[in-house]
Amino acid sequence: MTVALTAAEVAAKKDNLWGFTIPITALFGAILGILAGQAAGLGILTGLVAGLVMGAVIAFVLCRFLPRRTGRWAAIIGFAVLGFIFGQLGGALAGAICGAVLGWCAYWLHSGDYRAGVPPYATTRQVLWHNSFLFICGFIFFFLIAPIIIIIPLSFNAQDFFTFTPEMLALKAEGFSTKHYEDFFTNQDWLRPMRNSLIIAPFATVISVTLGTLAAIGLSQSHVPFRQTIMAILISPMIVPLIISATGMFFFYSKMGLWMEDTLGISKSLSGYIKVILAHAALGIPFVIITVTATLVGFDKSLTRAAANMGANPVTTFFKVQMPLILPGVISGGLFAFITSFDEVVVVLFVGAAAQKTLPWQMFTGLREQISPTILAVATILVIVSILLLTTVELLRRRSERLRGMSPG
Amino acid sequence: MSPCNTGDNIMTDATGPMMAADGRPLKASLNRALRRQKLRALALIAPLLVFIMFTFIIPIGQMLFRSVENQIVSDVLPTTVAALENWDAETGQAPDEDVFYALTQDLMVAVEKKQHTRLGSRLNYEMTGISSLFRKSGRSVDDIGEVYADQFIDLDPRWGEAEFWADLMGAEGLTPDMPFEMHPDVFTTFARAAPAYAAFAATIASEDGDDPREEEPWNSVYLALYEDLKEAPKFTNAPKGIEIMSEFAPQVVDFETIDLAAEFADIDEDWVDPAVWQTIQTYAPEFTNGYFLNSIDRQKTPDGAEWRPEDEQIYLKLFWRTMLMSLAITGSCILLGYPVAWLLANLPMRTANVLMILVLLPFWTSLLVRTSAWKVLLQQQGVINDLLVWIGIVADDNRLALINNATGTVIAMTHILLPFMILPLYSVMKTIPPAYLRAAKSLGATNWTAFWRVYFPQSVPGIGAGSILVFILAIGYYITPEIVGGTKGVFISNRIAYHISSSLNWGLAAALGTILLALVLVFYWLYDRIVGIDNVKLGG
Repeated sequence: MTVALTAAEVAAKKDNLWGFTIPITALFGAILGILAGQAAGLGILTGLVAGLVMGAVIAFVLCRFLPRRTGRWAAIIGFAVLGFIFGQLGGALAGAICGAVLGWCAYWLHSGDYRAGVPPYATTRQVLWHNSFLFICGFIFFFLIAPIIIIIPLSFNAQDFFTFTPEMLALKAEGFSTKHYEDFFTNQDWLRPMRNSLIIAPFATVISVTLGTLAAIGLSQSHVPFRQTIMAILISPMIVPLIISATGMFFFYSKMGLWMEDTLGISKSLSGYIKVILAHAALGIPFVIITVTATLVGFDKSLTRAAANMGANPVTTFFKVQMPLILPGVISGGLFAFITSFDEVVVVLFVGAAAQKTLPWQMFTGLREQISPTILAVATILVIVSILLLTTVELLRRRSERLRGMSPG
Repeated sequence: MSPCNTGDNIMTDATGPMMAADGRPLKASLNRALRRQKLRALALIAPLLVFIMFTFIIPIGQMLFRSVENQIVSDVLPTTVAALENWDAETGQAPDEDVFYALTQDLMVAVEKKQHTRLGSRLNYEMTGISSLFRKSGRSVDDIGEVYADQFIDLDPRWGEAEFWADLMGAEGLTPDMPFEMHPDVFTTFARAAPAYAAFAATIASEDGDDPREEEPWNSVYLALYEDLKEAPKFTNAPKGIEIMSEFAPQVVDFETIDLAAEFADIDEDWVDPAVWQTIQTYAPEFTNGYFLNSIDRQKTPDGAEWRPEDEQIYLKLFWRTMLMSLAITGSCILLGYPVAWLLANLPMRTANVLMILVLLPFWTSLLVRTSAWKVLLQQQGVINDLLVWIGIVADDNRLALINNATGTVIAMTHILLPFMILPLYSVMKTIPPAYLRAAKSLGATNWTAFWRVYFPQSVPGIGAGSILVFILAIGYYITPEIVGGTKGVFISNRIAYHISSSLNWGLAAALGTILLALVLVFYWLYDRIVGIDNVKLGG
């Protein structure tokens, strides 16, 4: 609070509009102007000069005459109108973005907010470094998230291209369509893998969660012989490169499949599913172990002793006392196991037959051989699924922390 | 770790006299309780351990075993391998008639069992051309010995009858519904024809379900018979078939004969090439280090292991490239992950949680989605190139090659593995009190000194944990390099997959896999030592 105040005072004391805010805003304007000039085909120099002038004017007008909120909206609307004249709807959007950036920039510099994160005694170089650092972090976050976000608009492409068409950039309705989604929901080449994935993943999850939770409870006891070795073995499916697991399983499971078909008389298709489910269960186990063990670390063992003291047998104690408390961990472990199986392609590629083709497998073949834009529609759907999963896991984690907070760990 | 330690509880439960409540000595009672506790823990773990053993550890163990296993040569060519033992490659001569005789017999069985092509492709890994040599020979080997078959049948038409052969070789008292069995004595009388006939009988029975009593033997059996009769040994006692032996032995002396080596040379000149035989001899043992030598670009020669020719050395380079690219990926993950983790650890909780979602969303998004996104973005006609052309940094006819090379792999995998770097770094940085930095600064340190001398050393464990995790995951990656790596950006995993599914050189794939696994396990062990497996964190 004091810091912000002092910073504002410092800024207010010397009105640095001409020496600071206007030149820097003009610089930003020039950069945006170069981009806009290039895009509109006016040439770099024209864009640079126009941007420079516009940045300076914006900074002067906004900081001198308009309060913050009004000024920023004015900048956005003004630039949007300007963009609309040059490039219709797409131009308007680009203009609005430019306006927002310049408007924010002008106020941010003029009000002294740019010093909010550093102590008032910081030198110019320190302030510059602090803000560059924030910009760098912003770019890294952009790098993390942009590739995932960008496929969402691309999946509505009306053409079979993997880039934005001019129609899309101009935000024209004919540039967009849901035809790739229609293809996904009507094409058996995609629906069958989808169904297979939805069969295999839940079964694999159930196996890994059941066995994994039991083992995690065993591992969290205070006296476990060879604990370190056992843990290393149980975590190994996560560490061993998938290609090695896949190769090993390829040989072993093909023999096991023959044995199941010949000795047990199981049909070829069923034995194929069993093989993939077992393989995926093995791959999901480390995730269950890790999450459930982490939850059990904070589990108060006096609760089970209290239950036993009051006459509950171990099974009742487990289901009535321990299970409800570790349930969030178990569920997030299960979600991890589910996504591992749902997302897995190397092992199923080697262990499964064509009848067990899963969604990632189909995507993989699609990417390697005949890359079809339907992949982007599938990818978008999967991104939405992962957002839902992430939200669930986050909520569960918070709940688990709350529960743990209640009981003295 | 939980402060509640059950060991202490036992002590508190049973404090007091040295006798436990049930009257036993306290020590024994405690031991029993401890033992029971251990057993209960193990019983809970056991199902999963067994499951992992069967679905994961044993399959991998078996796969590793394939890297040294080499039974196929001695399985398919058992007598040839035995006969070759006396042959010395140094002479520069093709082996003698005995070896070619053994080869005829072995190859006949192998062709019927369709094993000769597999053996051919196995030996082809060691010497190019052997595969076609075996395939070609497989088509013609049944003609060898035909000249003897014709002469025997000319001599006595009974030799052309299946029944006559079966009576000569078969056990006594065989009824037609019993499976055919050899008479033990004929192996003494017909030292060569009997094993040849036995092999014939067993092969047609197992492969086609035929009865030798209804099939005329192969030409190679006549060849064996001729070899026996030619020598016409004298027996003191009279085992089965001796009368046939003495009846025909004098008559074969003026048979038209053939030179087996010449016959094989007729099929393919390579059979008299000592190099082919040397390869067979070198790879005859049941276990070999040949695959491992192969996977480090060396080869077996009579003088021991040698480097392969310069232009055939690919694997060491590939391992080296895999390591370098994994290091590059780890390095760029540190560069990108460190500032972000620092920011997250130092922001107020609420803001940090929101930004954390930007890290966790890629982590939860399907690998295939992220890889396809990069494939779409990095293409020559993709979004990034379009953007660069649009801004004017890159000329339209000179678009950057960002995909199907090492650049594409490094960019895409850095993005994919970055969360694995940020999360451990974040959890370590959370534990570093911000007061340390302030204290350093108030004692007169510059920003840089305070960071480098005070903060950075404390964050090193996080860098270590993240780097090892990223490196382990990167070194074995398959999917992403396969899709965005082209030929220049692939890893050793892609080569393993190629040998498993395309070239079918499983032994070499297993050897490469063993080396890769060993590398990974070294780093896993390091990770366990430095971080502890228990401390692996998933999603914050």
